[in-house]
Amino acid sequence: MNIAKLTIPEVQDGLRRKQFTAVELTTEALRFAQAENPKTNAYLTFSDERALAAAARVDAKLAAGEQIGSLGGVPIAVKDVIVTKDVKTTCASKILSNYIPPYDATAVERLEAAGGIILGKANCDEFAMGSSNENSAFGPVRNPVALDRVPGGSSGGSAAVVAQGTAVVSLGSDTGGSIRQPASFCGCVGVTPTYGRVSRYGLVAFASSLDHIGPFSRTVADSATLLGAIAGRDERDATSARHPVPDYAALLGDSVKGLKLGLPKEYFAGLAPETGDRIMAGVEILKQLGCEVTEVSLPHTEYAIATYYIICTAEVSANLSRFDGARYGVRSSKSDTLSDMYKNSRGEGFGTEVKRRIMLGSYVLSHGYYDAFYLKAQKVRNLLTQDFTKAFEQVDALITPVSPFPAFKIGEKVNDPIQMYLSDIYTITGDLAGIPCMSVPCGTTPDGLPVGMQILTKHFAEDVMFRLAHQYEKAGGFTA
Amino acid sequence: MAKYEVVIGLEVHAQLSTRTKIFCSCPTSFGAQPNTNVCPVCLGLPGALPVLSRGAVELGAKGAIALNCAVQPESVFARKNYFYPDLPKGYQISQFDKPLALAGHLDVHVNGETKRIGITRVHMEDDAGKSVHDGFKDSDRFTYVDLNRSGTPLIEIVSEPDIRSSDEAVEYFNEVRQALVFAEVSACDMEKGHLRCDANVSMRLKGAEKFGTRAEVKNLNSFRFLKQAIEYEMERQVEILESGGRVIQETRLFNPDLGETISMRSKEEAHDYRYFPEPDLIPVHVSQEWLTQLKASMPELPQARRARFINEYGLRDYDAQILTSSRDTADYFERAARASSDPKQAANWVVGDLAGLLKADGKEIPESPIPAEHIGELITLITTGELSGKLAKEIFPKMYATGDSPSVIAEREGLKQISDTGALEKIVDEIIASNPKQVEQYKGGKTTVIGFLVGQVMKQSRGQANPATVNAILAEKLK
Repeated sequence: MNIAKLTIPEVQDGLRRKQFTAVELTTEALRFAQAENPKTNAYLTFSDERALAAAARVDAKLAAGEQIGSLGGVPIAVKDVIVTKDVKTTCASKILSNYIPPYDATAVERLEAAGGIILGKANCDEFAMGSSNENSAFGPVRNPVALDRVPGGSSGGSAAVVAQGTAVVSLGSDTGGSIRQPASFCGCVGVTPTYGRVSRYGLVAFASSLDHIGPFSRTVADSATLLGAIAGRDERDATSARHPVPDYAALLGDSVKGLKLGLPKEYFAGLAPETGDRIMAGVEILKQLGCEVTEVSLPHTEYAIATYYIICTAEVSANLSRFDGARYGVRSSKSDTLSDMYKNSRGEGFGTEVKRRIMLGSYVLSHGYYDAFYLKAQKVRNLLTQDFTKAFEQVDALITPVSPFPAFKIGEKVNDPIQMYLSDIYTITGDLAGIPCMSVPCGTTPDGLPVGMQILTKHFAEDVMFRLAHQYEKAGGFTA
Repeated sequence: MAKYEVVIGLEVHAQLSTRTKIFCSCPTSFGAQPNTNVCPVCLGLPGALPVLSRGAVELGAKGAIALNCAVQPESVFARKNYFYPDLPKGYQISQFDKPLALAGHLDVHVNGETKRIGITRVHMEDDAGKSVHDGFKDSDRFTYVDLNRSGTPLIEIVSEPDIRSSDEAVEYFNEVRQALVFAEVSACDMEKGHLRCDANVSMRLKGAEKFGTRAEVKNLNSFRFLKQAIEYEMERQVEILESGGRVIQETRLFNPDLGETISMRSKEEAHDYRYFPEPDLIPVHVSQEWLTQLKASMPELPQARRARFINEYGLRDYDAQILTSSRDTADYFERAARASSDPKQAANWVVGDLAGLLKADGKEIPESPIPAEHIGELITLITTGELSGKLAKEIFPKMYATGDSPSVIAEREGLKQISDTGALEKIVDEIIASNPKQVEQYKGGKTTVIGFLVGQVMKQSRGQANPATVNAILAEKLK
């Protein structure tokens, strides 16, 4: 058994064949992850006790001859913005460095109900704000493929544990590309499902209308299985969808022959060859699988970044108000008045990027500016969504790059927030439109850095997206 | 003061009578141990999400209908951002540009005149928790926060600036209260904080078209405080204007101990609430069909009931007003009226004797020891001549004290009216025999003395004699 390369079917096969028990696998997975973690800093917290208890339940089911669930015995990491009962959940922020939630996120409940084993909590950018995982209050994550480089962000830890082999799969969250970009940087599969497909209950809100929980894995099939386990209506999230959840994993084998794929021209203009060549090579493979490829246009793309940073910061400014030192989290010890308590607790507790976004968001919502910024951004968001709706009248899926460039060096862009924001150009549109999108590995640059290809489909067409990605993966042979 | 006119608009906040909170299923019960009726949602814990309760929307819509408002087909929740320790999310979930209901009104009666007060809007929102500043041994250094109230469903009712006196304001506030109580939307128990209001008060010269600069007095939780606060503001603002100053736009607090308002924050310090649509909730859609059902299920509202009391029972306007002052009173009266043959008499007993006894006892009508049916029975006994009015008045306090029916008390105390001529003639003969002087005066032409003789007979009979019969017998015997 090579623990660093296991897939979900291999875990379940090993358990059924009694090559190992769930407790043995979990014990070894925890040992390995803890030994390897100093290289990348991908885990912030290990939840040994909870993991071993979950493993014991799986073993008991096996012994009783019961179904162990689609994730039975599978070691999983959960991004630290998703709350876990009795397990510290910091959002990689100083202000929550001591916070232990009294409840589980719906995704966590469902993951464990399907037999999943949570090894621990994955590092990320503070409150999921960032594109490099350098904004964590507990130190950056290193890219397991090239340790001097960033793993991408904000779900850098969730991508790194999968690439490093210290979890079989993981959960991340995506608001503007925070799953797909790190997946592409680390060479693994990362999926942002349709908005509302997975309950946000227990996902610490960054930008509520854009936040998604989604899976990371080394194979497309494993992401399909993980998404299938956590997706579906949740009465605790008013924005969760009632749409039925298909058996994604069972549909992977269906042919992709005759599917129409669109290449949005706005996403390829000026793309550097080191990335562009890999994407076009991927498109060739899809053509060989029988897909028809045409060029399409998403004409409002150029407004996406401005739109995104108005809407997301506006929502940030309200969502992060609850972190005020009054009821939980870290309270500054220096304060004599209520106003000082707020200012000092928030001033000391939040990092630079979080403060920047709170200020931007407070500004765009302030009296007299609302119409010019927030309201206009919502209108543009509708136009961007219509671009996709029109495109999907012509094609079944869109193929684009995930990031304009591969993983950059730690520290390289940290002082240039605008450059950092621009790196989200290809991913934020999918979030703004709320459509499913994913990154699937499509080889490496000449320097050996992973490149991800993005597949986008219309709302709730995850099955088409997974099928394309799976057939491509088989034909292209690019697995982490 | 005489040359000025006050302009008042009220924002009334009422707690909806749901058993659970607006965005989670925690109970709204009053008086629980601090921070026990709470969950991740109403504690505003990281990751928790609100889910709108259908029951709250139903009650909110009923309230809006009771206030003659148009419930909107679509309304949208919005976040109202401000910091306070008992506001756990750092924002209140309210409604802003798309409220639940618009354009209503209520008629108020002041000094014998009826006036229509416009209602701009009704919107829904969640309540904050409570900051406790005293009662703990270290209260001089710490404020405690109780979040049991957090997430309690409220409606805010915003009036047009149509109110022109403190009395009108009090009457309007009371009419709102009655409408909500009658519609079973809110218990409106002011002691439990179910109902409070903010008053926007400004002064202008009589005849002026433009409004003056207003001050907003926050959190008035009784009719008396509302009246006092408005009157204090009127004097304060007139004083400023008369001395050549300018009233500044600000938020003020009422100090009930001093009967004064004090400045809380100026316009410059006013919160910028940075409203934006609540992304965690989807818009509220209300179908015409559902509204029709809702209207059909609603109880009769006070103004309609008042009109019916006048038309159906022939009550005087004044009595109808008092009897519809609360739903309990109106229900009680109607039970009494139905149990008797004379609704007007029922009204007299409820408004008069019963109200007096209750007041002396510090009780409200639901706590009345006299069941409404007993009042009906009492009236029937009077109508059939079994009890005299005087006896009835005597029995009533006993009904109140014991809870027994009037016939049981009359039976027990032997207090039946004597209309039997034979029995009465005997008493009359005795009285004539023992009062020769008065008999002589009567025969001498001073007929008014018969009243004295009737009184003697009544006394002799311990009030049980039927006075009309006594009168007739006496007149016959003294011919």
